[in-house]
Amino acid sequence: MNLHDQLIAYKTIVIKEVLRFGRIWVQTIVPPVITVSLYFVIFGNLIGSRIGEMDGFSYMDYIVPGLIMMAVITNSYANVVSSFYGCKFHHNIEELLVSPIPSYLIVLGFMTGGVARGLAVGAAVTAVSMFFTELQFHNPVVIITIVLLTSMLFSLAGLLNAVFARSFDDISIVPTFVLTPLTYLGGVFYTIHLLPEFWQNVSRLNPILYMVNAFRYGFLGVSDIGIFWSYAIIIGFTAALYGIAVYVLHIGLGIRK
Amino acid sequence: MDNALTIDNLTKTYANGFQALKGISLEVREGDFFALLGPNGAGKSTTIGIVCALVTKSAGKVRIFDHDIDRDFSRAKRLLGLVPQEFNFNIFEPVEEILVNQAGYFGIERKTGFERAERYLKLLGLWDKRRSQARELSGGMKRRLMIARALVHEPRLLILDEPTAGVDIEVRHSMWKFLRELNAAGITIILTTHNLEEAENLCRNIAIIDEGRLIENTSMKQLLGRLHMETFVLELRHPVGRLPRLEPDCLRKIDDTTLEVDIDRDRSVNALYEQLSRHGIEVLSMRNKTNRLEQLFLHMLQNGTDGEERP
Ligand SMILES: Nc1ncnc2c1ncn2[C@@H]1O[C@H](COP(=O)(O)OP(=O)(O)OP(=O)(O)O)[C@@H](O)[C@H]1O
Ligand SMILES: [Mg+2]
Repeated sequence: MNLHDQLIAYKTIVIKEVLRFGRIWVQTIVPPVITVSLYFVIFGNLIGSRIGEMDGFSYMDYIVPGLIMMAVITNSYANVVSSFYGCKFHHNIEELLVSPIPSYLIVLGFMTGGVARGLAVGAAVTAVSMFFTELQFHNPVVIITIVLLTSMLFSLAGLLNAVFARSFDDISIVPTFVLTPLTYLGGVFYTIHLLPEFWQNVSRLNPILYMVNAFRYGFLGVSDIGIFWSYAIIIGFTAALYGIAVYVLHIGLGIRK
Repeated sequence: MDNALTIDNLTKTYANGFQALKGISLEVREGDFFALLGPNGAGKSTTIGIVCALVTKSAGKVRIFDHDIDRDFSRAKRLLGLVPQEFNFNIFEPVEEILVNQAGYFGIERKTGFERAERYLKLLGLWDKRRSQARELSGGMKRRLMIARALVHEPRLLILDEPTAGVDIEVRHSMWKFLRELNAAGITIILTTHNLEEAENLCRNIAIIDEGRLIENTSMKQLLGRLHMETFVLELRHPVGRLPRLEPDCLRKIDDTTLEVDIDRDRSVNALYEQLSRHGIEVLSMRNKTNRLEQLFLHMLQNGTDGEERP
């Protein structure tokens, strides 16, 4: 395929993916917005006013970036894992296999679909948060690059989950038992400086901590982690997952008999 | 003329250790209308899956026109359209989207994709359904949708895996007509079917596989030529009592107004009629007892190709 044809093929996957979650927006966009709004009301407003300050900010202001990030992570992941597994389940992955699309374009196409949903939900949640607090934008470049990279990373992770999944159960195991705990323990609700030294170090093994903190830095200018480390880790993970995803699709793992 | 498809010593062992193909070699000429036959589980879909990149091969070579799939699969795929045995579209997608997306995967602009979709949906009688979700189509419509989808990138080799399964008689006949027209326009067609009348009607060349091996590869004419005897059923105007002895034809009485007769293919039917009218027996109508190819097919599967018992 020449570059021109590849571009068309890539656009086709992206359009198809966006139409897919757009068609079912009541299931894909609305629920996360409601969930996060509840967090704002309960943790931010009701309980938050009793917690007082965190790292020099009102508790509401402190948790907003983390909650946006949480929505982006879950939705990027969920979009690709369910879409790609659906393609396997209904066998319409074969439409891609019989076509000349190279594996890396399939990866990029599905990843972009996941990023689109992650950002759509992220934007909606951000808009809602403006009813509860006045957002500051300390460093917009950091905000945008971190949210983009994180969304890419979890879209790729969702893709890999779908490639290895053999049943619908397999696509909910990772989100339930890995993603959710790591996110809740990833500094969304507290600064790790509140933890004993040992647990601070354990927390540093959690990649999501780096993303949440870098993202919070973009809004508030405070972070538990050096920003450089955040970028290094996110970019490292993204590149690794991308490489693995292209490789497994290329050898046909889980999709070719 | 060149080959549209060349398969050389193809083998496939599935992940569970089952050997579905045990060395199949096959050539299909460009422009041919080719039947790939064999009983359930013979390995037809496996062979097709390998040619179309849905199944990985264990060993062997496959060439599509000038392109070896090991070296140049991307070019090969552009020349190839597949109508698979099982429905494999996203059932929630609208019919038209399915075609436009498939075109897009081949690098065809959306605008052109919509034009092609219109053309093929109209040709296959699905234009009214273009906005329906695929799950709202009937079984026969879904088959036609898969044919339209296989054509949007205008392939030169079309492979259809049981395209007429579950299709009503009228649609089957219009599908035959459609496929003949495609073939006349220069598209090479390979088809699997369990309907031997269909194979006999459409195809010029034929391969039969059984248990992962090729047991026959010849022209339809030659194959049918191997049948020496044909059995006909005769319906009579008036009931007959005792049967006259006719040499050398073997006449059997089924009931008072129905006879069965085996006729050597070299003999003319006229002679039979003459003899019958001499005995005052008037034939109202005559038909083939069963599809000739069907008889031969069963015979070959039981006995191997040339009448030898298989181990
Ligand atoms: N994914 C798989 N794993 C293991 N064995 C398989 C797999 N797919 C097919 N087989 C086996 O390979 C053999 C050939 O199957 P194939 O689908 O090619 O048959 P077929 O000739 O298309 O039959 P049919 O006329 O029923 O469609 C069968 O015995 C089948 O059980
Ligand atoms: Mg089959």
